[in-house]
Amino acid sequence: MRMSRFFFLLGQGVKNIFTHGFMSFASVAVITACLFIMGCFSLITLNIDNMIAEMQSQNRVIAYVDEDLSEEQARALESKVSKVKNIETCEFVTREEAMTSFESDYDADLFENIDSSVFRHRYVLSLTDLSLMQETKTDLENIDGIADVRAHLDYAEKFVTLRNIVSIVSVILVVTLFVVSLFIMTNTIKLATFTRREEIAIMRMVGATNGFIRLPFVVEGLILGALGGAIAYGLVALVYHLATQKLLAAMAFGFVVLVPFSTVALPLLGVFLGVGILVGVLGGVSAIRNYLKV
Amino acid sequence: MVEFKDVRMVYKNTNAVALDGVSFSISDGEFVFLVGPSGSGKTTVIKLLTGEERITDGELNVNGFDLKKIRLRRLPRLRRTLGVIFQDFRLIDKMTVFENVAFAMRVVGAKKREINKRVPQVLELVGLAGYEKRRPEELSGGEQQRVAIARALVNNPRMIIADEPTGNLDPVRSLDLMLLLEKINELGTTVLVVTHEKELVNAFSKRVIAIDSGKVISDGMDGYYGYENE
Repeated sequence: MRMSRFFFLLGQGVKNIFTHGFMSFASVAVITACLFIMGCFSLITLNIDNMIAEMQSQNRVIAYVDEDLSEEQARALESKVSKVKNIETCEFVTREEAMTSFESDYDADLFENIDSSVFRHRYVLSLTDLSLMQETKTDLENIDGIADVRAHLDYAEKFVTLRNIVSIVSVILVVTLFVVSLFIMTNTIKLATFTRREEIAIMRMVGATNGFIRLPFVVEGLILGALGGAIAYGLVALVYHLATQKLLAAMAFGFVVLVPFSTVALPLLGVFLGVGILVGVLGGVSAIRNYLKV
Repeated sequence: MVEFKDVRMVYKNTNAVALDGVSFSISDGEFVFLVGPSGSGKTTVIKLLTGEERITDGELNVNGFDLKKIRLRRLPRLRRTLGVIFQDFRLIDKMTVFENVAFAMRVVGAKKREINKRVPQVLELVGLAGYEKRRPEELSGGEQQRVAIARALVNNPRMIIADEPTGNLDPVRSLDLMLLLEKINELGTTVLVVTHEKELVNAFSKRVIAIDSGKVISDGMDGYYGYENE
């Protein structure tokens, strides 16, 4: 294709956006709305996931060392403990450190007449996969020198279930919204194309190739899709900013850990523009397909 | 050059037989009327000529293209050898007269310089010099049909196919239009006019092919409208 012809077709695509202003507005609005909903839901999911991960990281397993072992012997167990499958981090805590920690967490007066010898040396462990907690607990209990293992199996199961539900629901919703937006976009462009069927018929009659007829629609879909993506991104950024401010103000104690927008900004923009353009172009191509058969 | 050889055309959706054993040929440079009542098969003939429909049986050759075997991607090439004019003009409302005519040249990849040279020439030929910047809605029916003729002519097609070109025009404008088509024919372009306007056909001494119920019922050179029951 000659460059002048290519630019003519690009120009036609851009011109069509303004000529069919209302339909263009409707297409952008549909893409924006769908991406906005998709974006909001994805960010909610991401934050729930992040909070679960945070809670999961705090759900530690404690392996108590046999009281008869000295600190040196207790420390020597670290190589065995850390080699157990599914252990992510392994931290040795002496009985004195454990007591200090308790004193700071609770009222220090409670520990006034208590000796640190009532505490045991211990390993504070975090796991890679909470769903394997039972197996890990058994493995730890089988190590000579480990007297007891405390693990909150019920919490672990709940976290895993919650995380799985959130993941499944988010995937279903995002896929559904993508299909819905593609469907609506295709139909909106189909409607726009229907009003231009005469124009397409004339183009075919004077000998236009399918590529020549299709390109302006592709350009139009691409621009409208990108525009919808950009607007949706702006809206999501704004809403997220406002929502996080309100939420953090309401949760004065700050136990809610929110994902900063800056960490997701670039990937989100990429996804929004990508999905917007994909939906726009696919919508444009599929809408005129029927007119290009003869 | 158009050649129908024992062409049979059955619409797939309805199984309706539109053409049944139609044979005729049109040589380069001829002026031919194709006449017949509504539902006789005239429109089907046009659809076959432009590749919108495929023949079911027989042979059809148009300007060197075998329309029984032609591939979909070759259809634009065929259509560039034809200029089609419709009863309802089919101009693009949002374009000016110049743009409507130039559009046909854009489609075939003509350069801007060629377009700027050729479009005014064709508009002058059809009597619309000075109308370049007007839009279709500002023109009369006759003028709009002239724009359509200019658009059909601008790429120098080998053949002009006019489908009821005077259907929306008064008798005076209709005659003017036919005279213009005759002039175009005299310049060397083959012209096929599909019509059911008896008076108009009889006013010109041209070849007339009459078709009814999908069959050719007469083909004469005496300019006589061969179908009397219209």
